[in-house]
Amino acid sequence: MSHCAPVSLRTCLTVYLTTNLGIRGAMLFSVGVFLALVLNLLQVQRNVTLFPPDVISSIFSSAWWVPPCCGTASAIIGLLYPCIDSRLGEPHKFKREWSSVMRCVAVFVGINHASAKVDFANNVQLSLTLAALSIGLWWTFDRSRSGFGLGVSIALLATLATQLLVYNGVFHYQGLQYTSPDFLYIRSWLPCIFFAGVITMGNIGRQLALYEYKFIQEKTHQD
Amino acid sequence: MMTLREQLREKISAAFYRHGLLCASYPVPIILFTSASILTCCYPLLRLPLPGTGPVEFTTGVRDYSVPSHEPQGDLGERPDWYRGPPVAYIQQVLVKAAVSPWDSSLVTVDVFRSPLSRAFSLLEEIRNHVHSDSLETLCLQVTGLFPGLRRMQSVLPEHGCLLVSPGNYWQNQRELFDSDPDLLKTIQKHEPKGLHTSATLRDLLFGVPGKYTGVSHYNRKRVVTYTITLVLSSYDARFLGSLRARLKQLHPSANCSLRDDHMVHVHFKEEIGIAELIPLVTTYIILFAYIYFSTRKIDMVKSKWGLALAAVVTVLSSLLMSVGLCTLFGLTPTLNGGEIFPYLVVVIGLENVLVLTKSVVSTPVDLEVKLRIAQGLSNESWSIMKNMATELCIILIGYFTLVPAIQEFCLFAVVGLVSDFFLQMFFFTTVLSIDIRRMELADLNRRLPAEAGLPPPKPGPLRPREVPPPPRPSPHTITLQTPAFRNLRLPKRLRVVYFLARTRLAQRIIMVGTVIWIGILVYTDPAGIRTYLAAQVSEQSPLGDPGGGGLPPHLGVAPVFRGGDPTSTLSIHPAPDPTPLPENQSQGHHGSARAGPLPQAPPAVPQITWGAEDEEGWRRLSFRHWPSLFSYYNITLAKRYISILPVIPVTVHVSPQEAIETRHPQDTRHPPPPIPKVSADLQTDLTLYKVAALGLAAGVLLVLLLFCLYRVLCPRNYGQNGVAHGRRRRGDLPCDDYGYSPPVSEISPLLLRGHSMDIECLASDGMLLASCCLAGQIRVWDAQTERHNIDFNGCWEQRDGWDSVGGATEPECLGSEARGPSVSGDGLSEEEDSYPLRHRTAPARPTLFTDQPDLTPLIDTNFTSQPPSHLSTPPREGFDFGGLVERAYIEHEPPSNSTYPSPSSATADWESSVWAMELRGNLIAAGRSSGKLELWDAVEGSLRCSNEDGVSGITALAFLNNRIVAARLNGSLDFFTVEINKPLCLLQYRGAPGRGSMPPSPCYSSEDVISCQLTRSVQCAHQKPITVLRAAAGRVVTGSQDHTVRIYRLEDSCCLFTLQGHSGGITAIYIDQTMVLASGGQDGAICLWDVLTGSRVSHVYGHRGDVTSLVCTTSCVISSGLDDLICIWDRSTGIKLYSIQQEVGCGASLGVISESLLVTGGQGCVSFWDLNFGDLLQTVYLGQSSDGQGVRQLLVLDNAAIVCDFGSELSLVYVPSVLEKLD
Repeated sequence: MSHCAPVSLRTCLTVYLTTNLGIRGAMLFSVGVFLALVLNLLQVQRNVTLFPPDVISSIFSSAWWVPPCCGTASAIIGLLYPCIDSRLGEPHKFKREWSSVMRCVAVFVGINHASAKVDFANNVQLSLTLAALSIGLWWTFDRSRSGFGLGVSIALLATLATQLLVYNGVFHYQGLQYTSPDFLYIRSWLPCIFFAGVITMGNIGRQLALYEYKFIQEKTHQD
Repeated sequence: MMTLREQLREKISAAFYRHGLLCASYPVPIILFTSASILTCCYPLLRLPLPGTGPVEFTTGVRDYSVPSHEPQGDLGERPDWYRGPPVAYIQQVLVKAAVSPWDSSLVTVDVFRSPLSRAFSLLEEIRNHVHSDSLETLCLQVTGLFPGLRRMQSVLPEHGCLLVSPGNYWQNQRELFDSDPDLLKTIQKHEPKGLHTSATLRDLLFGVPGKYTGVSHYNRKRVVTYTITLVLSSYDARFLGSLRARLKQLHPSANCSLRDDHMVHVHFKEEIGIAELIPLVTTYIILFAYIYFSTRKIDMVKSKWGLALAAVVTVLSSLLMSVGLCTLFGLTPTLNGGEIFPYLVVVIGLENVLVLTKSVVSTPVDLEVKLRIAQGLSNESWSIMKNMATELCIILIGYFTLVPAIQEFCLFAVVGLVSDFFLQMFFFTTVLSIDIRRMELADLNRRLPAEAGLPPPKPGPLRPREVPPPPRPSPHTITLQTPAFRNLRLPKRLRVVYFLARTRLAQRIIMVGTVIWIGILVYTDPAGIRTYLAAQVSEQSPLGDPGGGGLPPHLGVAPVFRGGDPTSTLSIHPAPDPTPLPENQSQGHHGSARAGPLPQAPPAVPQITWGAEDEEGWRRLSFRHWPSLFSYYNITLAKRYISILPVIPVTVHVSPQEAIETRHPQDTRHPPPPIPKVSADLQTDLTLYKVAALGLAAGVLLVLLLFCLYRVLCPRNYGQNGVAHGRRRRGDLPCDDYGYSPPVSEISPLLLRGHSMDIECLASDGMLLASCCLAGQIRVWDAQTERHNIDFNGCWEQRDGWDSVGGATEPECLGSEARGPSVSGDGLSEEEDSYPLRHRTAPARPTLFTDQPDLTPLIDTNFTSQPPSHLSTPPREGFDFGGLVERAYIEHEPPSNSTYPSPSSATADWESSVWAMELRGNLIAAGRSSGKLELWDAVEGSLRCSNEDGVSGITALAFLNNRIVAARLNGSLDFFTVEINKPLCLLQYRGAPGRGSMPPSPCYSSEDVISCQLTRSVQCAHQKPITVLRAAAGRVVTGSQDHTVRIYRLEDSCCLFTLQGHSGGITAIYIDQTMVLASGGQDGAICLWDVLTGSRVSHVYGHRGDVTSLVCTTSCVISSGLDDLICIWDRSTGIKLYSIQQEVGCGASLGVISESLLVTGGQGCVSFWDLNFGDLLQTVYLGQSSDGQGVRQLLVLDNAAIVCDFGSELSLVYVPSVLEKLD
């Protein structure tokens, strides 16, 4: 702490806290970008049986702004959750372990996988199954009312935004770029996926927030 | 209803108990039985095809061919499973070999392929227009649009209509475009991908033969052009194909062609995993491994963590295998991609039960037999395990009713997996756990025996010495003896450095191996890529372009299916063993002269077109990705399907030189033939080879570097600190050893407060003042006035009960430290100045009792060097900024205080006894002596205010609350004293920094007051045995004794409220705070939580093997440390152990809580700070340079987040500013 000597410790601490916030945000952002890329690939695979070598590059070149958007959103959500927890004064105590978080992420990817790979009879069935899975995800890993509320509201908002974008022609669903547009199909899985994603990101964010103090200490070591 | 549930619960519990007994009793047979059943269940898996990406093939005759039926037919033994139903497509290739013959010297290189290629258009026309009961349009595979992303291919591949591919596609099948194309090669090259191509290129697709066999280049010395016209047919019509074959043969006869045309080959393609499919798969596996890692990291308090983690993983994996095996056995063939759903199955089944079992078993009382522990642990968790399992089964059942086939299948696997997982948990894992626990007990026994023999009694904890009757005189022997014991303990640590390094390297190696495997997988999944390319390069380099003749197998790296292919060049070394087909318009003589000189360097004048066996199945020379990629352009997958390749139709075309010249493009002649045909080509291929090698190497190095960086990022520099990859090291990392790796640089510099001559026995503080007492009976009072980084310490005064050493000369170091007296500063100057007390002490003539050992007889030579308040109130700037200059400060500070204020001894105290207990409230120090005398000292002036000698038994513990003092004695009696002051309370001005509200509400006494100490009540038989612990808070006094009981007294009337029984050993630690929460720990390793108001036991847990040495509570958890060097953190409300931290052997047992989330423990010459939320070591502060075995036994957390601990004869003050900030 010797470098702190000239300035007051409170200043020092604020600096630490913001950097820590930055680190957390960056981690969440990268997780979001990564998941967005991977899940996008999964969705594309639904319609593409085998990838000719040129397809992948075309996927990544078009709509390049989608993964960063997802990353930003996940960073915001991941920071929002612990913040809301502390605001509400009800710290999230349920299953706060990395193993549980990993399980949550795995289930989230699994839901995506199911929505992409499994053939459902109709869209209602798809919606119902995915909704049940998402609620199950929330019940298994979160169980907080704030988490549910935030999840539902963000999912609705995000779905709305996506639909607006699509109807205005700004953005085409990656998976549908190659087949005829099937908005009904999209609409049936999008909210559930968003909800599950919000829950997952919130889980990660809460777990990372536990490390707040640790990062301060690590920073002290490095200095 | 309730009773039914209870009954069920009891039954389950009893069943589990019996089962646990069984498992622990017969571990070996049960493990054998389980292994046998696993193997049995996995046996059906042998019949499943091994994963692989290479295609397999099956050959049938053409004549009796009929489309195979969908139903499997039993009799056809050699017919493979996949050969059912119609193929995706029939492939009919028309293999064209064309040459300009005879070769004319006036022809240019472009003529080699221009006119032969132009023949493709007429052939195409012929094929398209061929009609025989059906036209091609009805038979061929109709495609409906290219893959949308392939803009580049749009102009080349047919977008609709028949899938008919030929080199003509480069020019949209229009002869005019071809004729007007000035540079054919450029057009062909234009579509080639840049860089390394790993799968079939467009050129391969259109030409139908590998690029280097086409002969379309400037360096074609054989002057034969080969290409195919590929027809993709959706249905098979033997008559149409037969007539087409006949027609083409009739038009372009191939004289010496003896290709067999009676076999068709069916090629079945396996599931193909490309990069795009691999990424999500790899992601799920990474998540899976993270999950397994984080789960198994929680396994704790067992002999072999790795072993148990492995057992847990084995349990889950084999349960999955069993599930698949069982499903296969009962006729359910898995249609899902096993590799894809596998991670999800693992996650669904989970490792939680296994962990719960482990936790439950290890938290059973350690003194039980292993069998009983297992049984008890099992039965404790039986209800929750059954409940979880029922819930999971229900959820899966719900999933089964979604009626989606894929989900149903998944659920089926999951159900069977869950059941088999339960079976394995019960039999396999429980047994492994019992073996582990047994091993641990054995190891524990071995460890404890020498440890107990080697360690002197004072070591275990601060309270232990008081349990044994004290020696008449605490001799320094006990202290000096400790050192060798500690040194012995240090030895294995050196050994651990090796283990440590070995372990880290192991981790790195694992990563390396993983990388290599990964690269291997990449190469394996793309065998048509680099390896074939390299093989092709190598074969091309062989001399004379003759790869077939040499020993080089050209199909070096091609998948096994291509073994039969013999990709020799069209013109082999046999210089036309058979008669060359001659067109009518060619003179024999010309031909003969050409044959006369078949020089290697001079190409033959008449290009010879031969048909060999290798042309029969020319498609074998293509990449096995050829067909899948062709179909994938139309979004048709060949995975798990097959195509039928019909026998090739040979077509030989001879173009006359005149025709070649006629078809010439005007620009063709402007291109002079490149002057260096061979060498540069060789050089080029050489360079390509090296480029490939270099690129591969660079990529490998880059990958390794990347992974290394990743590894470094994930595992910070010091593994002991925050290593992620070493869960085991991290928890158990020793705060108190100096390993080979550098200890963390602590910026928190401890302040050493020197002055005591012997080891510090008692520490007491009330927030402002700090009193310490050493074995020599010397009490020193320090004023800890701290302000951020500037810490000012004023040694206010000292009360010294001098010990003199008469025979001490035999042990110089002892004498030296003794002689230096109060100003032990390590500086010769101060020693000189400090001659006064030294001289004084040497004067009296004590009889020399022992000459061979230090006899430190007490001497009535109390040297009070008191300091007036004026000195104390010196401004801080003149005081001592201890930012690292403690020693100098003492040089300045101590000598004047000693020399200026020497005061004569007041010989009222009983110097024969040592101080065993000390408390500090206000400015009064209460000291309990081994003689049973209670003394009250003025902490400011250093004068004895009063003393009480009512008791005779030594005071083992003191509590000072308000104006009452409670003294616990060795004989088990408890004395209540009241301190009476004649004058009303007043606050002393010089004490207490303004603005600090944390001053305890303790009375202050002015020096004028007359203080008396009255024994109000004495409870004679409070306990049967010596009282070991005494704590007072919230108007209650709690005593713990060696008679296994805890008693609660009310402070006001000294009335015994409760006697708490529940420990099976002496009480060693008690914690009580204002919230009336009482925790007690005993020698049995148990921790009990009590409700002070009702006297009932809230929870009772076993956490330690051996004594509980220290107990601290925060608002949410209870922290205990034990003789087993374990720190356990328990949830305060539920009594569930959250986690434990394994410390190194011999670490101190002292604990302190700085804030809700910050724990401090004393170690060997260091104090460590832990994050309570995670159990992570935050920082270790080394108190001294050497850290040679001085254990921190007492640790006091001051209000300002400073920590005071004893460090041998010194006090150490560690001030953690960041901690303070956290508190704010």
